[in-house]
Amino acid sequence: MSEIMTRPIPAPAVNLESKPFFDAAEEARFLIKRCNACGEAHWYPRTICPNCHSDDTVWEESAGEGVIYTYSVMYRSPTGPYALGYVTLNEGPSMMTNFVDVAPDGLAIGMKVKVKFQPTEGGPPVPVFAPV
Amino acid sequence: MSIKGKAYLAGVYEHPTRDAPDKTTAQLHAESARGALADAGLSFDDVDGYFCAGDAPGFGAMSMVDYMGLKNVRHMDTTETGGSSYIVHLHHAAQAIAAGKCSVALITLAGRPRQGGGRPGGGGGGRPPVGLTDGAPEQGFESIYGGSTHNTYGMCAMRHMHEYGTTSEQLAWIKVAASHHAQWNEHAFLKSVVTVEDVLNSRMIADPLHLLDCCVVTDGGGAVVVTSPEVARSLKRPLVRLIGAGEAPKLQMGGKGLDLTTSGAVWSGPAAFAEAGVTPADIKYASIYDSFTITVLMQIEDLGFCKKGEGGKFVADGNLISGVGKLPFNTDGGGLCNNHPTNRGGITKIIEAVRQLRGDAHPKVQVANCDLAIAHGTGGSLGVRHGAATAIMERES
Repeated sequence: MSEIMTRPIPAPAVNLESKPFFDAAEEARFLIKRCNACGEAHWYPRTICPNCHSDDTVWEESAGEGVIYTYSVMYRSPTGPYALGYVTLNEGPSMMTNFVDVAPDGLAIGMKVKVKFQPTEGGPPVPVFAPV
Repeated sequence: MSIKGKAYLAGVYEHPTRDAPDKTTAQLHAESARGALADAGLSFDDVDGYFCAGDAPGFGAMSMVDYMGLKNVRHMDTTETGGSSYIVHLHHAAQAIAAGKCSVALITLAGRPRQGGGRPGGGGGGRPPVGLTDGAPEQGFESIYGGSTHNTYGMCAMRHMHEYGTTSEQLAWIKVAASHHAQWNEHAFLKSVVTVEDVLNSRMIADPLHLLDCCVVTDGGGAVVVTSPEVARSLKRPLVRLIGAGEAPKLQMGGKGLDLTTSGAVWSGPAAFAEAGVTPADIKYASIYDSFTITVLMQIEDLGFCKKGEGGKFVADGNLISGVGKLPFNTDGGGLCNNHPTNRGGITKIIEAVRQLRGDAHPKVQVANCDLAIAHGTGGSLGVRHGAATAIMERES
């Protein structure tokens, strides 16, 4: 149970609203959306703020740092165990992700993690998080 | 009761675009919603009923309610009848308003058939956007991570354990109780009584959920007939009536204050109890959705059968076993042991509640003088986004 978890990730579905995010991901830059009207960051990125419904939302580069909100190591997997979880970003919102570069027994709620980009099968890279 | 004069059309908006190469379908829904709400002089936060059809991307009403950040929706309708859907929705919205289920109902339609591909009903030979999709707005940020029911509920259990000290032994008691009931059900998929140790020794599926924390996978079906009081009284069958109901989506809403330890039952439950005029202490039998053991525990807390965080203690030591504990639950063996037809357990929850209220449950699990029952369900995943629904039924003497 001490092996490092990895999981092949399929290409993400990219739409008009998420294209700038995945274009930046190709350059290993992690973007989030923030609303100029209410000041709140949100996830997943939308053109319309889910907090105050303004369409004055802008892209912002994030360091991609946060803490593990929760996780579950999935053992029912043909490619070996992998960790699904949510990270709460320092900017506030929580996002779904995979935790990588860590053994199945090496995760804990509250652990500090940082974004890295993992290549996908035929699509742009996607954000995953590793312990810092 | 008629809908005549019970509902008013306060706001309307026709989106000005006729060709939208630069917007997603979700965005067009939201912009249309904003226009109609502005026309009415209302805000997104005023909306407590949401209606959409098959053109809305994603998971029923849930993806669009989440995308738009509709925080106060307590009534949903995704009736699909093609182009007439929205007139059906108007009718259903009036019924819901007349019944006091919502007061501001939002109906949206949007799509981009000129862009090709994309949504059902699209077609029309437009220009497929190279490399871009237009499905559920959350899709590109969620489905890639390998979330299934197992590990998304696993995340809820992990967080519940972290916040409240809930243990795997306590979760196992839920399966044990279901198995005690299933042994009397000749149709149950799993009929063997299991112990806490059996659950803990079964293989880990999605940490901290073991194989025996999971429901069964079964083929099958079910149906329910609902009638007027007059028809029911003419049928010479036991009279079981619905006295309260509630529903609510629970979503991520932009990720602010994510809370995977509570479910939409915190809204659907109180609405149903208030309408019924009863309290959790009055309930004699409970059908509680049991896709996983943690599903039961969270919903029991959220419906008010115990305080938040004390579900672990509440379900332990056989408290859910009929004839033994205080809250007999899922006396057919539930989804955990009996049946979870096509991975949708809501209808079997209603059916066993009716059996209990009629006195038709197996004698070994029949609750004495069972005159008040609850059926509660969750659709989707507690760990991602879900729709909660509560129904309270009573036997008429």
